Amino acid sequence: MHEPSAEQRLYLAKRKREKHLINLSRILIFLGFLLLWEVSARKGWIDSFIFSSPAAIVQNFIEMSQNQELFTHIGITLAETLISFFFVVALGTGTAVLLWSFPKLSRILEPYLVVLNSLPKSALAPLLIVWLGANERTIVVAGMSVAIFGSIINLYTGFHETDPEKLKLIATLGGTKKDELTKIVLPSSVPLILSVMKVNIGLCLVGVIIGEFIGARQGLGYLIIYSSQTFKLTTVLMSILILCIIAMILYGILNLIEKHCLKNS
Amino acid sequence: MKPLLEVRDISLSYHTPSGETKALSHISFHLMPGEFLAIVGPSGCGKSTLLNVICGLLEPEGGTVLMNGSPISRGDSRIGYMLQKDHLLEWRSVYKNVLLGLEIRKEITAEKLSYIESMLRTYGLDKFRSSRPSQLSGGMRQRAALIRTLALQPDLLLLDEPFSALDYQTRLNVSDDIGKILQKEKKPAILVTHDISEAISMADRVIILTRRPASVSDIIPISLDIENRTPLSSRSAPNFKSYFNLIWKELNQNA
Repeated sequence: MHEPSAEQRLYLAKRKREKHLINLSRILIFLGFLLLWEVSARKGWIDSFIFSSPAAIVQNFIEMSQNQELFTHIGITLAETLISFFFVVALGTGTAVLLWSFPKLSRILEPYLVVLNSLPKSALAPLLIVWLGANERTIVVAGMSVAIFGSIINLYTGFHETDPEKLKLIATLGGTKKDELTKIVLPSSVPLILSVMKVNIGLCLVGVIIGEFIGARQGLGYLIIYSSQTFKLTTVLMSILILCIIAMILYGILNLIEKHCLKNS
Repeated sequence: MKPLLEVRDISLSYHTPSGETKALSHISFHLMPGEFLAIVGPSGCGKSTLLNVICGLLEPEGGTVLMNGSPISRGDSRIGYMLQKDHLLEWRSVYKNVLLGLEIRKEITAEKLSYIESMLRTYGLDKFRSSRPSQLSGGMRQRAALIRTLALQPDLLLLDEPFSALDYQTRLNVSDDIGKILQKEKKPAILVTHDISEAISMADRVIILTRRPASVSDIIPISLDIENRTPLSSRSAPNFKSYFNLIWKELNQNA
């Protein structure tokens, strides 16, 4: 390795400084926000009963961590989200494959998929509760309902856009529709499937919370609704913060999986 | 000697809601064993359509294609096809790409594998077997695509402008390369191209097609005054230019 030139070193140093500046600014905004919130609450600039304060939230978290209840809520929400995500991946990919395999079927069903996808899914939640009962199964279905139609449409569109010349290659080698699917369509769609799933994990969480709002006895969605009705707004805010963290972690995990898969292929 | 391939009175139209387009009109020709045919014609005249009919991917509305006297079927194993691009799959290693045809036809036998091994060694791809296609040069990619086709040991090769995606210099080198490989493996072939020089440099006979609907305008036997002919050396044959002018004139008359 020869030494980088002075100009190159300067350029690299400048890039590094910029990166530090951006990271530092992000942290400062967060800390500044927390500080302003805390000071405003203590000085009485805002009503701490409604807006709570960071210190109160931390204290509330510690108190609720003493008994296992909080972690049960978190665990239930997490489990429901992961289960509904699993079904969205399996059913979404399966249905998209089915639609790709039978183009006539996909043309027949297209308007229905479009309508179901554009429907605000939260409108379905009350119905689901009545039809399926107020239980975990209903919450999982609510989580799925938010993500499933969009992922079917996105995956099918992606499958459909496979390079026709590559499909012709399979035909010239004597392959069938099944060979087209397993040798070309699915492997070439791996990046698409991963990016669709990255969006879906967040959508499943949204659906699960909607479901828990309406028909649950456990879970963070229930905790939010229950606490707001009993005016424990500190608990509401704490639950929302925990949801933020859960969403970030789930997205981060899928991001890692995506990076890993794309590096290997 | 009996012809290997007989194309008899092929006609085909494309149907769309806005109307019918006649693509091929009463096309007939034959190919003798070991022969290299080139098909030239104005762009968009239906050359690729004709190849799709010959390999059975498209069913003609009239006429038949016979190979060794029996009609061809869809994805006929007797016919190998090279597309305009190499279409090596980036998620497979070079070796796995070469194996694709055998995998699809479920013909991975010891004999076929050793045939692939010998071709990989002969054509310098041996050391790239576990590389990704993107690590190969344009020429090497075409070689890999050719080996993928030859692995199925077809009796006839169809080449659909396989060099058109390459830059001029690579194109001359790769066509020379592929031409020599086909000579060595003694594979008869039909090359579709819009490049007159390429057709003359590789073919034993050149079939000239008319504008759409394509029909056979003329068939010109190429006999170059040169020994040990290769695609590249053909271009310096004394009578290369006169063939070029002849075909050029005929194509322009049709246009």
